[in-house]
Amino acid sequence: MRFLTECKADASADLVYRVCPMHLLEPAEFLKGMKEGQVLEILTDYDGALDDIPAWCAKHGQEFIGVCEDDCDDCYRLYIKKVS
Amino acid sequence: MTATGSISKRSLEDATMERTYLDHAAATPARPEVVEAMLPYFQERFGNPSAVYDLAAEIKDSIEEQRARVAELIGAPADSIIFTSCGAEANNLAIKGAALANLKKGRHLIVSAIEHHSVLNSARFLEKFHDFEVTFLPVNRYGQVEPERLRRVLTPATVLVSIQHASNEIGTVQQIPELAALCREHGVVFHTDAVATAGSIPIDVKDMQVDLLTLSGPALGAPKGIGALYFRPKVRLVPQIHSGIQESGRRGGTENVPGIIGLGTAAKLALGELEERARHLRFLRDRLVAGVMDRIPAVIYTGHPEERLPGHASFCFVGIEGEALIFMLNRRGIYANTGSACASKALKVSPTLCAIGLSPDVAQGSIVFTFSRDNREEEMDYVLVELPQAVERLRSFSPVWHKKMAAASGESR
Repeated sequence: MRFLTECKADASADLVYRVCPMHLLEPAEFLKGMKEGQVLEILTDYDGALDDIPAWCAKHGQEFIGVCEDDCDDCYRLYIKKVS
Repeated sequence: MTATGSISKRSLEDATMERTYLDHAAATPARPEVVEAMLPYFQERFGNPSAVYDLAAEIKDSIEEQRARVAELIGAPADSIIFTSCGAEANNLAIKGAALANLKKGRHLIVSAIEHHSVLNSARFLEKFHDFEVTFLPVNRYGQVEPERLRRVLTPATVLVSIQHASNEIGTVQQIPELAALCREHGVVFHTDAVATAGSIPIDVKDMQVDLLTLSGPALGAPKGIGALYFRPKVRLVPQIHSGIQESGRRGGTENVPGIIGLGTAAKLALGELEERARHLRFLRDRLVAGVMDRIPAVIYTGHPEERLPGHASFCFVGIEGEALIFMLNRRGIYANTGSACASKALKVSPTLCAIGLSPDVAQGSIVFTFSRDNREEEMDYVLVELPQAVERLRSFSPVWHKKMAAASGESR
């Protein structure tokens, strides 16, 4: 797992308190509307996302950049770069 | 005919032949167009919208079409509507969901003293099980929350304010834009229960500046078993029914597809008829109110005289019990309500009527008439014949009334 202190994003998907597996479905929808090279931020409070999102990126050919833990908001911020 | 015009004998005979149903706030029939639209979704289009095959995709598309219709009724974007099983569930999701999503900010809630039980009891649940402090905000004699009073109780720990759009018990419409603006200024989530108003008066969530808004299917002419919650984008909610991807992970459980079709259809019809319906209901209301005030002594027209629901007339008759009056009217084919079914069944004095400053004795004489587009002028006239007789008869054997009369005659001597 790559830990980041900050990362700039072109779009943000707020999935805090949204039940599993929304952390996989909604980012996929967001990526459809983004350009190659753009970065998507995913906000989630679901611990399972730390495994699921890197695995989903590997399977779907997207680049998983890393994760920031947000102390203020009690959630994780995961970053994906659209590859294709 | 004017609101105080004469009552024709023939129209009265017509009205007495039928049932005069004036309790539409409690239940109203599903509209034929609504039922017709729903029917295919029980058998032909029965698929589960979460499945991956084309049958499911068609159902999913129909749901999204209805979501857009419900959103249009309240001036909201389509993806800001969550379907629920009823207005009470939407209120539970709004209160508990928004409060629990903001625990880091604080544990203080504000609700008005005259909210529906689903709001009051959700607040009490948070107080009991999650250490919240709840402020039950008083109202003025018309049942309105005064913005200055709200301003005084907002604290840095306040996470949510819930104030109904209108009361089904006294008909008063609140000044929501002012109250909601105050909350936005303080960074507090604002919820309004619009079960009584959606489809009855115009609603625009942007103009009103609300973050969460509840509406109910049956109040719109959809069947029981369907409601909806509007949420402003960026407002987080902790789900209250945990399951899977239904309602984008915000409310679990297989969708009530026929109910959703019914609600969307009813919302579309309601939006198209809003003005005409309100005009008709206001006419009926004003005719009934003028007649009651003219024919019956010692009566209080409860709620705000102008800022009130078009199809709502509520009174307290001094010296009688509302339940007894309901039974007497029932025998004459007239169906009305005491205003609060829960309070009435428990033989408790309505908290709403207490909150507007009525004494328990007077509050007991509460009766509420709520109309639909199908009610007619003749039915109001029929009530205006039967109601004064029923009130007079009940007062003739009411010790409270006799005491009041004796006191009055003592004063005049």
